[in-house]
Amino acid sequence: MTEADFDYLCTFVRARSGLALTPEKRYLLESRLQPLARTRGFETLAALVRALQAGGNGELEQAVVEAMTTNETFFFRDKTPFETLRNDIMPRLLEARAGSRSLRIWCAAASTGQEPYSLAMMLDQMGERLAGWRVEILGTDISTQALERARAGLYSQFEVQRGLPIQLLVRYFTQVGDQWQIAPQLRERVIFRPFNLLHDFSPLGTFDVVFCRNVLLYFDMALKADILARLGRQIAPDGCLFLGAAETVIGLGDEVEMHPTLRGVYVPRRRGATRAA
Amino acid sequence: MKHCLVVDDSAVIRKVARRILEALAFEVSEAEDGAQALDRCRLSMPEAVLLDWNMPVMDGYEFLKALRQLPGGDRPKVIFCTTENDVAHIAKALQAGADEYIMKPFDKDIVEAKFQEVGLV
Ligand SMILES: C[S@@+](CC[C@H](N)C(=O)[O-])C[C@H]1O[C@@H](n2cnc3c(N)ncnc32)[C@H](O)[C@@H]1O
Repeated sequence: MTEADFDYLCTFVRARSGLALTPEKRYLLESRLQPLARTRGFETLAALVRALQAGGNGELEQAVVEAMTTNETFFFRDKTPFETLRNDIMPRLLEARAGSRSLRIWCAAASTGQEPYSLAMMLDQMGERLAGWRVEILGTDISTQALERARAGLYSQFEVQRGLPIQLLVRYFTQVGDQWQIAPQLRERVIFRPFNLLHDFSPLGTFDVVFCRNVLLYFDMALKADILARLGRQIAPDGCLFLGAAETVIGLGDEVEMHPTLRGVYVPRRRGATRAA
Repeated sequence: MKHCLVVDDSAVIRKVARRILEALAFEVSEAEDGAQALDRCRLSMPEAVLLDWNMPVMDGYEFLKALRQLPGGDRPKVIFCTTENDVAHIAKALQAGADEYIMKPFDKDIVEAKFQEVGLV
């Protein structure tokens, strides 16, 4: 691949998805796009680049972006966020929303569904305490392929053994051939929709809890700060945000800040509050 | 150091499991069937047992039931590791007091995740 083609692809992918590809990611780009080029009938990667440059092939453009996403995820990833949500956040929200009896949760990088389904299982286990409540779980991702898998709720034996306690597997999954499928009542609880984090969040409305985990790490500082600022505005004043275990808001503006006591939890800056010096 | 007893009639599986568990800082001992494993547990209770189902002499299920009857036999975390990959077997194992269940084939990530699940990693 020529330097110019590599630069073109980097600029293209970044403009469409925010994913920042550094020169050392060249091998990754080639290993992901070579097979795509082949299945689309292009002789070479260069030919695929020419097709992108010619424009007008939205479906190919989307496929290129999707091929560059990393969809790795697993059930109850890092555990603590789910425990914190159940033990510390939910009790307060249940009190605060006792009037409306409704909650909205957004998984902003839902990938193949393990994260929103983990939330759905967790909520299901809260049983009686949520009886009569309307809890919406929205799972969005830029990758339509990942979302298709998420909607099907079908996982390999390998996937159900990473992070999912065996009791939950037995309780919420059925065996389909050598795969495992999550129960229909949990599948119905999660709404999956394609959504690009570069786009305006306001049509999605306000959320009580947002999971935006292990996606910002693929973006540059400016974009991280921009997304965090916009996320801050979609979160209810008493709501909260969960980031990936290795992610932070330090140096990324002040629209969201660390929760005073709960580790790994972020809250929108109090509106009208004076900025700390 | 935490002690894990690996019970499997396949020497290859025992070796693979040993390598993974030692990397997770376990002290590992081995048994080839349930009867041998029970003898080992009578000498000293391990913190964990990684347990195959189908074995000659005494299978994993019989071993687990016998283990839970021994004094102190309720303490070890028992993790099945078997090709019996159906819900009926899993449910039966849990009923008999298994703590976790690994479906073969497994790899390092799965073993680590399951030992985390039972609080030993
Ligand atoms: C590593 S996965 C994280 C999955 C899950 N949140 C977790 O923590 O396990 C990252 C996901 O972000 C998605 N993604 C990347 N860029 C995106 C964008 N601009 N808008 C929405 N989703 C994006 C990818 O498609 C991928 O599924």
